[in-house]
Amino acid sequence: MADAAISTHGLVKTFGRTRALDGLDLTVRTGEVHGFLGPNGAGKTTTIRILLGMTRADSGTAKLLDGDPWSDATELHRRLAYVPGDVTLWPNLSGGEAIDLLGRMRGGLDKKRKAELLERFDLDPRKKARAYSKGNRQKVALVAALASDVELLLLDEPTSGLDPLMEEVFREVVQEVSDRDGRTVLLSSHILSEVEALCDRVTIIRAGRAVESGTLSELRHLTRTSIKAELVGPSNGLAELTGVHDLRVEDGQVRFDVDTDEINAVLRRLTEVGVRSLVSQPPSLEELFLRLYEPEGSSR
Amino acid sequence: MKTLTGTGGLIRLILRRDRFVLPLWILPLALIPVSYVKSFGELFPTGESRLRYAGNAGFVTLYGELSGTSLGEFITWRVGFVPVMVALASLLTVIRHTRVEEETGRRELLGSSVVGRHAGLAAALLTTFAANVLLAALLALGMYSQDLPMAGSVAIGLEFACTGWLFAAVGAVTAQLTASAGTARGIAISVLGASYVLRAAGDTSAHSDGPLGWLSWLSPLGWAQRIQPYGDNRWWPAVLVLAATVVLVAVAIYLSVRRDLGAGLLPDRLGPADGEVGSPLGLAWRLHRGLLVSWVTGFALLGLLFGGVAEGVGDLMKDDKDVQEMFARLGGSAGLIDSFLAGVMTIIGLIASAYAVQATLRLRAEETSGRAEPVLATASGRLRWAASHLVFGLLGPAAALLAAGLTEGLAYGLAVGEVGKQVPRLIGAALIQLPAVWILAAIAIVLFGLFPRLTPAAWAAPAICILIGLSSAGTNVAEWVRDISPFNHLPRLPGGTASAGSLVALIAIAVVLGLIGLIGLRRRDLPVG
Repeated sequence: MADAAISTHGLVKTFGRTRALDGLDLTVRTGEVHGFLGPNGAGKTTTIRILLGMTRADSGTAKLLDGDPWSDATELHRRLAYVPGDVTLWPNLSGGEAIDLLGRMRGGLDKKRKAELLERFDLDPRKKARAYSKGNRQKVALVAALASDVELLLLDEPTSGLDPLMEEVFREVVQEVSDRDGRTVLLSSHILSEVEALCDRVTIIRAGRAVESGTLSELRHLTRTSIKAELVGPSNGLAELTGVHDLRVEDGQVRFDVDTDEINAVLRRLTEVGVRSLVSQPPSLEELFLRLYEPEGSSR
Repeated sequence: MKTLTGTGGLIRLILRRDRFVLPLWILPLALIPVSYVKSFGELFPTGESRLRYAGNAGFVTLYGELSGTSLGEFITWRVGFVPVMVALASLLTVIRHTRVEEETGRRELLGSSVVGRHAGLAAALLTTFAANVLLAALLALGMYSQDLPMAGSVAIGLEFACTGWLFAAVGAVTAQLTASAGTARGIAISVLGASYVLRAAGDTSAHSDGPLGWLSWLSPLGWAQRIQPYGDNRWWPAVLVLAATVVLVAVAIYLSVRRDLGAGLLPDRLGPADGEVGSPLGLAWRLHRGLLVSWVTGFALLGLLFGGVAEGVGDLMKDDKDVQEMFARLGGSAGLIDSFLAGVMTIIGLIASAYAVQATLRLRAEETSGRAEPVLATASGRLRWAASHLVFGLLGPAAALLAAGLTEGLAYGLAVGEVGKQVPRLIGAALIQLPAVWILAAIAIVLFGLFPRLTPAAWAAPAICILIGLSSAGTNVAEWVRDISPFNHLPRLPGGTASAGSLVALIAIAVVLGLIGLIGLRRRDLPVG
């Protein structure tokens, strides 16, 4: 698959007794912004570390930019930039020095681009790293990564600690590097609006496995639409239809959730009875994620 | 006393976190002196034999002057280096529970709970003070159980404990000065080193009736020694040390209310907006240069000191016909001085190995702090990253030894009017320590590469070598035990003959160990928390 920037199959990684990854499949197509979601401890950071050749998978295969992340690490690293979720910097280096250091070690940094990003992220590069707040340390890593001329960006919860204004700047910049420069981005994030605004496709992992993968509109099909309707006749038999959940009847009004795939059949049944008024609420992303994040066995 | 609210809870936290670390230094440091009593009593049964053994100028430099010939005094003198280790452990413990906590941000989390402003400092100091009391009690009981007098046993406990207290307070002060725990540790250890060097210089000079005997009185270690356990059992030097401790604690408190949490006293200045550093080696230079400069400076001073006192060692023997005759056979007073200088070189080599381990372990610090991760995600491979730090772990001690040999050669050469001869001789004698130093660095590399979580155990290697080095001379320590220390396989220079065979073997061992460690590093996960 030449058009996949990242592809992994059946990745397994255990730390002692903990199974951090349990057969993870992940495909990121070249040029797309791919959301990488999952609850805390699901294995996102472990996956990224395997892709960076820092951690070696126990089994399974991983391909990164058509290379092997472990054996071709150095070569591949020239073509990618990484922002860790928890940025620690050298206390006695200034932010500017850290940016230039990481950029040079990656094989070069666009000076003009760096100045522009510093301006947009409103970051003073002269401060010593120990004087930076968490958000500002995050910005240092972001500027270093975004000012590099690379094909692939691996971003591990890059906006944690950024204020909403800076989050907006981050979105703009990622949008730019994706649209204008055609870079591939793997974005691990908990911020759903961010994922919704930026990502072409998402993969959701739980307990070290991918539970869903696809475009957001594909995923929406997995959700339920809430329907509130005033009916002309009695609502007999509605509860037995497949895809209908949590049916409640109150003085001629019915409320229920319906699986998005079954919505057509259910609407047909409603119109047979006769509809006076109908309110349908589209599935929210939050609900979808909450449902997918839930451990297996429990249901919402 | 609201500022002390929560101290009890913090003490429990320290005890929980250090439940293995505290016994690890309290027990051995209390029991080493006890274990010496029997063997040294048998080896040196008479006052005369003890005097002769302790009269060696090298020993005077190391341990100070013997205060009297009773067995208790002799043992107290012989374990004269142990209080230094008590002091080191105490200051490290205090800094570990004050500045390190602030630097990592854990103190902030605790500070937001019901914890008074001074509770952190108080908890660290009280725990360390109590640890020293425990050590003193164990020591006193142990010595008493070896049929030594009660009063003297209490006095030696007091000597150890008040040394520990004073340097715990030193650690408390330096922890207030800078925002970085590493710098705080460096300053505190420098104070300890300076105390030791002043005591050594003063005692050596006094021994040869030199003019610098008063230097010992500038050193807290010198004060504690003047308690003279089993001899006069003086109490007033202890009062002097305790008074200094109280002053230092007051200074620490004074400083701590004048700064913000997490900050040092010296404000951070702005740095450059653009960086010149662009390679792993450049980064390593930035991270190691402070350490390198302080070690090289310290070693230069050490060399100056030992070189300066060396000539006096020869004068000592002028009046003693028997000793003169003995050393004449060994090459006259020059032979005596050479044997002194060779002993000094071994000490310098042992200290250099501590630097080698410290610099090598920076790799692990970079890994656990998360700073290695962004570097390893760039095009610099992990071996290049490791090598950039190892340059300093291996060549840093070389630079420090070179500095010590140079200044020692200059000082001694100027004194005897043979600069041209002594400088290269003593530089050679200093650098000959390197193969052994490198083996200890290589052990640290092996641990880092294969068993990263056990990396701090690398400190055991120099500690064991120092213990072997300190206890081997003139005792019945088995030869195979001494041979564990690579320093035991080095030629004794100046004065001895260097054999290429053992040096090559030592270097080969270091290279093999280093390669094993690097291969392990290449294969393992990184970072391992």
